[in-house]
This record gives sequence, structure tokens and C-alpha cells, in this order.
Amino acid sequence: MTNGKIVRYLQWWVVFLLPLLPLGLLIHNAWIFNLGADPAQAIVHETGLWAINLLWITLAITPLRRIFKINWPMRFRRMMGLYSLFYAVVHLLAFATFIVGWQPDLLLKELSERPYIVVGALAVLMLIPLGITSTHKMQRRLGRNWLRLHKLVYPIALLVMVHIIWQIRSDFGEQLLYGTLLSVLLGSRLYFYLQKRLRTQRTARAA
Amino acid sequence: MLIKKPDAIRSSEITSESVYLNRRHFMRGLLGTTALLATGAANAVPEYEIEKDLPIYRGPDWLQKQLRASTRNAAFSTDEKLTPYFHVSTYNNFYEFGTGKKDPARHAQEFNTDPWKVEITGEVAKPGVYNLEDLIKPHQLEERIYRLRCVEAWSMVVPWIGVPLGDLLKRFEPTSKAKYVEFTTLHDPKQMPGQRSRFSTLEWPYVEGLRIDEAMHPLTLMAVGLYGNAMPPQNGAPLRLVVPWKYGFKSIKSIVRIRFTDKMPKTTWNLMAPHEYGFYSNVNPAVDHPRWSQASERRLPSSLFNPNRVDTLPFNGYAEEVAELYRGMDLKKWF
Ligand code: HEM
Repeated sequence: MTNGKIVRYLQWWVVFLLPLLPLGLLIHNAWIFNLGADPAQAIVHETGLWAINLLWITLAITPLRRIFKINWPMRFRRMMGLYSLFYAVVHLLAFATFIVGWQPDLLLKELSERPYIVVGALAVLMLIPLGITSTHKMQRRLGRNWLRLHKLVYPIALLVMVHIIWQIRSDFGEQLLYGTLLSVLLGSRLYFYLQKRLRTQRTARAA
Repeated sequence: MLIKKPDAIRSSEITSESVYLNRRHFMRGLLGTTALLATGAANAVPEYEIEKDLPIYRGPDWLQKQLRASTRNAAFSTDEKLTPYFHVSTYNNFYEFGTGKKDPARHAQEFNTDPWKVEITGEVAKPGVYNLEDLIKPHQLEERIYRLRCVEAWSMVVPWIGVPLGDLLKRFEPTSKAKYVEFTTLHDPKQMPGQRSRFSTLEWPYVEGLRIDEAMHPLTLMAVGLYGNAMPPQNGAPLRLVVPWKYGFKSIKSIVRIRFTDKMPKTTWNLMAPHEYGFYSNVNPAVDHPRWSQASERRLPSSLFNPNRVDTLPFNGYAEEVAELYRGMDLKKWF
């Protein structure tokens, strides 16, 4: 292997293992009964937090390349997206198992009475097809439709924002932080989109 | 660095290892359910088994004496399994010290609660600023084991120690205009990091209130301790309300002011979100919080093997005692 290859190889493993760290810590703490009086809530909370962190990281990769010309994270964009889906599914399963205990009537009640949960569920439902179609093969097969489909990530991000804003009890510091970051991430896309349109308009007029 | 408060000592420092172990042994011999050990008189407050590496809080000397002489009010106590001291003292909602459940235990250890003064004001014959000692000393402290139901749909069972609020309030001779009692928490952003948060929608200081008949009801307790010791700062030292048939946020902590008034007090959570938190906030499985169901609750500690879900009872199971206070009222309207 050349040096470059080794670096790339190590880089892949580091980036692959890092997002598993929070899950490992969570399992460790659950194992030693170190999650406090309400371990179920602690697990739901922590996995939700990492689902959103990883979704925001996924969304940051393209702007990093466009604005700061940082290209290396591009090859991890799919991995980050899949990790976000993974944590969201664990989050959902933890909620259904540890909080609701798989009681169908209670699950229905929670779904109908906690609107933020409906919104979260919608986000997961929309993330799943993105996960399924994330392979190179699907990408090739879907062609332009793949891009169109994966634009779903924007409404998903907005649903997740609603999911956490709806949970505010009195302190909105966390929501403000995620909201600001998302505005920057989506705002940069709007900026590039408008620039592109302006350019095509100009060339159209010039022609 | 954590500097230990002089009155925060570990139980291992006052109980030798062997005594502790023996006691533990003895405990196993007992039913091992309620984790308490009766000593002396039948209604004396038992000596609790507290894990030895947990801080306990002894409070000032005068309080220690009174705590030792306290007795259990068995008639007002549930025999449900107690929530362990560890969880009672590390899983708290006390937003003055942060919004996370672990924040109060983390940030309140340096909280200075001695000396402590309480202002009594409004519609009373004897207003004034009283030392905590003068408020509490004339009373016999009582232990009461109450269910605590949080509006967030979890609950605990806690052995509080305190004085019936009515007995305390009567000493100041409320006038006939005293229709409500308003309570205020200390406002001290230097000591209370939560009050420095720029992203909080709550107004400080925290204010709560009761109707005068609720305040005078024998179940309402002004607590100064729990688990046989002084109140931990994270639980609202040195003086907090316990109103067991209402959601936990009504039981205001670290009280510095009690005001008697003829108008319904403007209470903190009610001001912030009136459609979510009513003035009464009686525990009621039939009236859901707009964002979640109140029909059931999770009794803490829960485990990953069992969500420990129990049905929520009207008035948190104290309907027999307090339902008559609200006779004729539409509890869906006056939630
Ligand atoms: C069916 C799907 C979902 C369900 C049932 C669900 C349920 C919940 C519940 C019950 C909580 C409250 C936990 C607590 O008490 O602290 C929560 C919090 C949270 N969820 Fe979800 N969720 C879902 C989907 C998602 C998704 C897709 C994301 C992100 C990608 C997400 C991110 C979060 C975050 C960040 C929190 C913490 C919010 C905060 O503390 O401010 N959830 N979720």
C-alpha cells in the first residue's frame, strides 16, 4: 500500500468507529446501571441527540466542500446519513420498548396525544427510503430521480426541528443552537442555488 | 473542584463500615422491600439505609435536634415502596440549577441555606422577616411518605419531614382577606446558574400559590428534610412545599417569601404557558397535558426490563382527603 492509501484506510476506520462511541458509552452505562432513575428516558434522549447530530453532520458535508473546499468528508456523507438513520431507529425502538413496553393501545395513545412523536415518526419513515437507496447501485439505477428523492433530507431536517421545538418546556437554548446551524446549512444551499440561477439567466440573456 | 459543604457529610463518616454492613445484613433479613428499619418508639422516624458513598445533609444544629425528635405520621403515609435516596437526591427538576435532571445535584452543592430568612407579608396580623429557626422550632416535625407525581408523567415515593403548613401559617394570623397564599423562591443568579440562562422562558423568581383552604389542608406539608435528614439543596433546601395531590411543580422549593392575598397569585408556569399549566394543577388522569397523556405514569426508578407504568389516580390517590375542596368545580376547566 502507498502512504496515501494507508492514510485513507486509517481515516475510514476512525470515521467509521467514532459515531459508534456514543452508543458504546450508552450500553456501558446501562450495563453498570449508571443511567439514573429513568434509564429509558436517558437512552431515548441520548440516541435522539446523536440522530440529530449525525443528520446535521451529513448536511454539513456539501457546504464544507463548496465554501471551504474541504473535500475529504465527501466520501463519508453516505456513512453519516446511514448512522443518523441508525440512531433514529434505535431511538424509536428504545422508545417503543423501554417507555411504551410495546403495548399497542398505549403506543397509539402516545402517537395521537404527543404530536411531536408523530412528527418524529414521519421523519424516520422518510429517512428509511433514503437509507435503502443510498447504495451506488441504486444511485446509478435511479439516475436523476435519485437526486430528487434525496432532496427529502431537507423536509426531514425541518420535521426533526419541529420534533424538538415541540418538546420545549422552558429552555430553548438547544433548539436555538440546532436551528441556527440548520439555517446556515440550508441557507448556504439557497445561496448557491440562487447564484446558479442568476448565472443561467445571464447566459440565457447573453445568448 | 468540589468543595464539600461542612454540613454535607457522607453517611459512611457517621456510620462505621461494620455497623453499615450489619445493618445491610439485617435489612436483607427483613422483607427487603421498604428499606427501612424501625428503632425505638413505634412511630419514630426510622434510620434509613443510605448507600455509604452518597452525601447526606445534616443542616444546622437546631434542625438536627428537631429531626432526631421527629415522628412518623403513619395515617398520612403510604406503604408503597420508597424511591431510593440515591434517585430522590440525583433526579430533580429544579430549573434554578439547570434544566437537566442531574443538573441540580451537580450545581446546588455550594448553595448556601444557612442562615435563611423568610418574609411573611400581606394579609396577616403578624407580618415580618423571620429566621428559619424561629419558623420551625415551635413545631414537632413529622415524617410523611407521599407519592410525588411530576407533570412530566413520572412519579416517586418520598419520605419527607416537615410541619403541616396550616399549623405554621396560623401562627401569623391570616386576616379574613387572605384568600390565597403566594410563595416565592430565592432569586440569586450568583448562586443559581439556571437564573442566568438567556434561553429560559421562565420568569424569575419562581412563584407558586395555593388557595387558602388548600394551604390549610392537613395534607399540605412545609418540608425541611427527607430520608431522616435535612433537605438536600437539590431538593429545595432549606424549606419547600409538598402538596401531594398536585403536580410536582406546585411544590415550590427554597422559599424566601410567603404572601397572603385576596387575589389568585400569578404563578410561574401558568404565566409562561397558561393552556398547559393551570393554577390548580391537581393530578388528574382525565385531563391531558396538551402535548402528552396524563393517564399513566412511570414510577421511578424504572428499569430497562420494566417501564414500571402505573395508572395515574385522581388527585394522585388523595381524592378521599381533598376532593371535597373542589366540589362543584369543573376540573376540566380549572385544571
Ligand atoms: C418514530 C420516531 C420517533 C419517536 C417515537 C421519537 C420519540 C422521542 C421522544 C419520546 C423524545 C423525548 C425524550 C426525552 O424525554 O428527553 C425524543 C427526543 C428527541 N428526539 Fe425523537 N423520536 C423520533 C424520531 C426522531 C428523529 C428522526 C430524530 C432526529 C433525527 C429525533 C431526535 C430527537 C432529539 C434530538 C431529541 C431530544 C430533544 C431534546 O432534548 O430537546 N427523534 N424523541
